[in-house]
Amino acid sequence: MTEKKNRKEDISSEDTVIEIINMHKWYGDFHVLNNINLTVKRKEIIVVCGPSGSGKSTLIRCINRLEEHQKGQIIVDGIELTKDLKNIEKVRSEVGMVFQHFNLFPHLTIVENLTIGPIWVRKIPKKEAEEMAMVYLEKVQIAEQAAKFPGQLSGGQQQRVAIARSLCMKPNIMLFDEATSALDPEMVKEVLDVMIDLAQGGMTMIVVTHEMGFAKSVAHRVLFMDEGEIIEENEPEEFFNNPQNDRTKTFLSQILY
Amino acid sequence: MELTKKNEGQVIIKPPISSVGIPGWIRENLFSSPFNTFLTIIIISILWFSIIPFLKWALIDSSWLPDANCKASGGACWSVISSNYKIILFGFYPQNILWRPITAIFMLVILLFISRNRNYWNAFLGYTWIISLVIMGILLKGGIFGLETVDIQKWGGIILTLLLSVFGLTAAYPLGVFLALGRQSKMPVFKTFCIFYIELIRGVPLISLLFMSSVVFPLFLPEGVSINAILRAQVAIIMFTAAYIAEVVRGGLQGMNKGQFEAADSLGLNYFQTMRLIILPQALKIVIPPSVSILISAFKDTSLVVIIGLYDLLKTTQVTLSEPKWMGFSAEAYIFIAIIYFGCCFFMSNYSRKLEKELDTGL
Repeated sequence: MTEKKNRKEDISSEDTVIEIINMHKWYGDFHVLNNINLTVKRKEIIVVCGPSGSGKSTLIRCINRLEEHQKGQIIVDGIELTKDLKNIEKVRSEVGMVFQHFNLFPHLTIVENLTIGPIWVRKIPKKEAEEMAMVYLEKVQIAEQAAKFPGQLSGGQQQRVAIARSLCMKPNIMLFDEATSALDPEMVKEVLDVMIDLAQGGMTMIVVTHEMGFAKSVAHRVLFMDEGEIIEENEPEEFFNNPQNDRTKTFLSQILY
Repeated sequence: MELTKKNEGQVIIKPPISSVGIPGWIRENLFSSPFNTFLTIIIISILWFSIIPFLKWALIDSSWLPDANCKASGGACWSVISSNYKIILFGFYPQNILWRPITAIFMLVILLFISRNRNYWNAFLGYTWIISLVIMGILLKGGIFGLETVDIQKWGGIILTLLLSVFGLTAAYPLGVFLALGRQSKMPVFKTFCIFYIELIRGVPLISLLFMSSVVFPLFLPEGVSINAILRAQVAIIMFTAAYIAEVVRGGLQGMNKGQFEAADSLGLNYFQTMRLIILPQALKIVIPPSVSILISAFKDTSLVVIIGLYDLLKTTQVTLSEPKWMGFSAEAYIFIAIIYFGCCFFMSNYSRKLEKELDTGL
């Protein structure tokens, strides 16, 4: 806990990496995201929680433009997301994303999964990219599987590979979209450990998760979303011990049994 | 996990003798019930009464030599092949220089066999293909290095069949993939064009396309310009096959998990990289079986060029059979070309199964 306090001091108030201003999104007539305002500082860890269908996944998918917003502004690392493809690709190469269902490329080996981004987007020579890939595989403790195909690995291992794949792009920001919810219970910890390790290494992270333990131990802020709005936003201790909003209270009572 | 490593005291129970080996298989599959036994006997007797007379006709009573008197023997007259194989296989190609097409076909077969192995797929093989194709062209056409010129109109038989199918299929496949991507594209004009093309081509029979290429198309050419009939047929076959390939590939693209696109996007790969590196390798693998079906049927459909007067393998066979001496022996001649077609188709389907197995990565 003291470590977390220390890191909080690193987060300078000027260094904003993501800024979302009055952002709205609709699917047809359905208002998925309603007037979202969010500022994320460098090295900040933000956990987003909320009932299913509340728009939390959509929110983080807007940050790397997997979903398009229709109103308001999203500025990532100084680049505003518009229809400009070059900007979108630039932002995407700076923002790593980890998906619920891993989305590894099944026709490529583990090491090829890791090097494809660096080689084709960053234009790093193959040899160098492979060396870097091995470093990250080492980091997620899966280096011995490098030559295998994703289909030969367990869910937990696949998710760790997916994290390493994103890290190989040397991102400034990492987005986690329910990274542990498709895993068998005994594999959740190995993935959370990697995420905690990353958080302690100073990565800026936005994490959509139902793992409240993770939120309590590493998050700087917890956002609670419902029906497309950010209902409540607080430091984890306050958020869990003293929720303000009724909907937050109901949600917490449902998941903290 | 070897048996010897099992814990002591653990008894290894083997299956009963009666269910393994050849007797076990026969019992299980042919005589497992009275009804099965009945079926087995019926089928064996049908085979007996059909296979035996066929073998007697094809092998025992048959005549093989070019000058045999077929009418007397009563069996198969393979002489029709041995007397006319030059015409059947090479059409009206000058018979004194048949070594040229034979060498070219031999080169093609060797290259195809080498290309079966994916380990050899590199730039060097690509250059070898290009150089070999040029050499094959020179061998067939002649005109330089002191080789006698052979007019393209005289290329016939298996030369023409292979020419139309090898170029037809290799050009149609990438064009089909391109059309499939076009049909999925977000650019409205391009997309509409691809849909229009695919639906139009799929809506007409190949024969009508071939007719158009040979009869209608030349009407639109300026005076004095003529495009070779083989080339026109070739283009018609490519256009036709590509439309079918496009629809199959589209099926594969639609079967792709959305997560694959998202993962590629999230790494910052652009559209072309995503398609080339992530989506197409998987989508094309899924559609290997239906694409090969289309390629096989396109290969056989090259025989339709008969109707626009090109002398492919089927037509040269018919030419042979129209000679009074060989009338009445069409069964033998058609069996012969059926074997050639079967060999080529079997090569393709066999290879596709091998490729599928190699590309299987367990997910």
